[in-house]
Amino acid sequence: MSAPGTLPGVVIVRTGTANLASVVAGLARAGAAARLTEDPAEVASAPRLVLPGVGALGAAMERLDALGLSGPLADRVRAGRPTLAVCLGLQLLAERSDESPGVPALGVVPGNATRFSGPVRVPQLGWNRVVPGPGCRLLEEGFAYFANSYRLEAPPPGWSAALADHGGPFVAAMERGPVLACQFHPELSGAWGLSLLRRWLAVADEAAGGAW
Amino acid sequence: MVTVRVIPCLDVRDGRVVKGVKFQGLRDAGDPAGLAWNYEAQGADELVLLDVSATPEGRGHAVRTVAAVRAGLGIPMTVGGGVRVAADAGALLEAGADKVSVNTAAVERPALISEIAERFGSQCAVLALDAARRADGGPGWEVVVLSGTSRTGMDAIGWAREAAGRGAGEILLTSWDRDGTGTGYDLDLVAAISRAVRVPVIASGGASGPGHLLAAVRAGADAVLAASIFHYGRYAIADVKDTLEAGGVRVRR
Repeated sequence: MSAPGTLPGVVIVRTGTANLASVVAGLARAGAAARLTEDPAEVASAPRLVLPGVGALGAAMERLDALGLSGPLADRVRAGRPTLAVCLGLQLLAERSDESPGVPALGVVPGNATRFSGPVRVPQLGWNRVVPGPGCRLLEEGFAYFANSYRLEAPPPGWSAALADHGGPFVAAMERGPVLACQFHPELSGAWGLSLLRRWLAVADEAAGGAW
Repeated sequence: MVTVRVIPCLDVRDGRVVKGVKFQGLRDAGDPAGLAWNYEAQGADELVLLDVSATPEGRGHAVRTVAAVRAGLGIPMTVGGGVRVAADAGALLEAGADKVSVNTAAVERPALISEIAERFGSQCAVLALDAARRADGGPGWEVVVLSGTSRTGMDAIGWAREAAGRGAGEILLTSWDRDGTGTGYDLDLVAAISRAVRVPVIASGGASGPGHLLAAVRAGADAVLAASIFHYGRYAIADVKDTLEAGGVRVRR
């Protein structure tokens, strides 16, 4: 537990090539002090964890496996410990991705990430409207900033999802208790994204028993 | 459906914005961070920061400038200028850029694009393509480098395709003929490049009013970049979005 008056802490998984400055700055604006880790024990036990990710899925899984982080990550998401997965972080929760076909991902949710198809620009770079489906507590309607070429086409069972459309509907984000996975970048989604970060921090704090 | 982005561009030298800027309510109009945050508050969808420093000392400022802007900025930021190796891109990303643009160095050594894309992802790798109509009056456009001082003879459309094939996730397309003229974007160029690649294309160079930005979108641009029309306070971001929306273009409000 931190001393009264200090900022609540968030631990960010150092996924390697990911440019983390925007995530750290976004969390700071939302009122949380972030620090980076690649320690499996800390990934397992951190009261609030962020799994960021840019770059290719194969490279990210290789690093997570090499550091021994894949098991603790999958376990904490299955157990519903407060976790925020961003962009590639969402796809890492699936079984695999067209991007790196031979590489098993964390496999916390069924399904594979597939490449955008149809007459749309790839990568999707820009702001798209996010529409929450039934059961969403954290996700609200609004515009979010996306930077992705792959996506989940349908929400996995047991998760509440928000959809967006880029040549067809895809999973913009999904939540289950204090676990939130966003295909978009909340830290780059202006005031709307900032308020989502704040809601996740509040729910995560509740779930963590206020242990700060 | 992804909306069309409106992107102000800041030219920064030695840590200061160098094109004249006349915003009301800003004590120091040359401060990139203050300007950047003001643009976000106005509704800008993204920001491009081009470092035009001529010296290594100036480039050191660029990293500090990016970090200062990032601390208070909640929208994406592309940073370009002087990126010659993947490590240069890494330093800018680490400081808080979300995308890095490459220009002259990529023309000289196209593998630079692949190196950045492989290490940081295609969504981080932006090709800044400066194109001019051929001096001999021939068809098409040629790539110009070194801030327009050198014509390469390279076909702009072919270069756009090659860069996308090497992993560039976006093309920031500037018409060297129109830049600074206020006569509107080179719409034929925008249409040709937009058709030639599948990655998003940002139109740049020549805008002096919201109608020019709408025309670029109609020609095929996925995003529109402008500097002076915003800096001089002639138009707010909202004015441009009003015009785009009235023209049937979907924007973020």
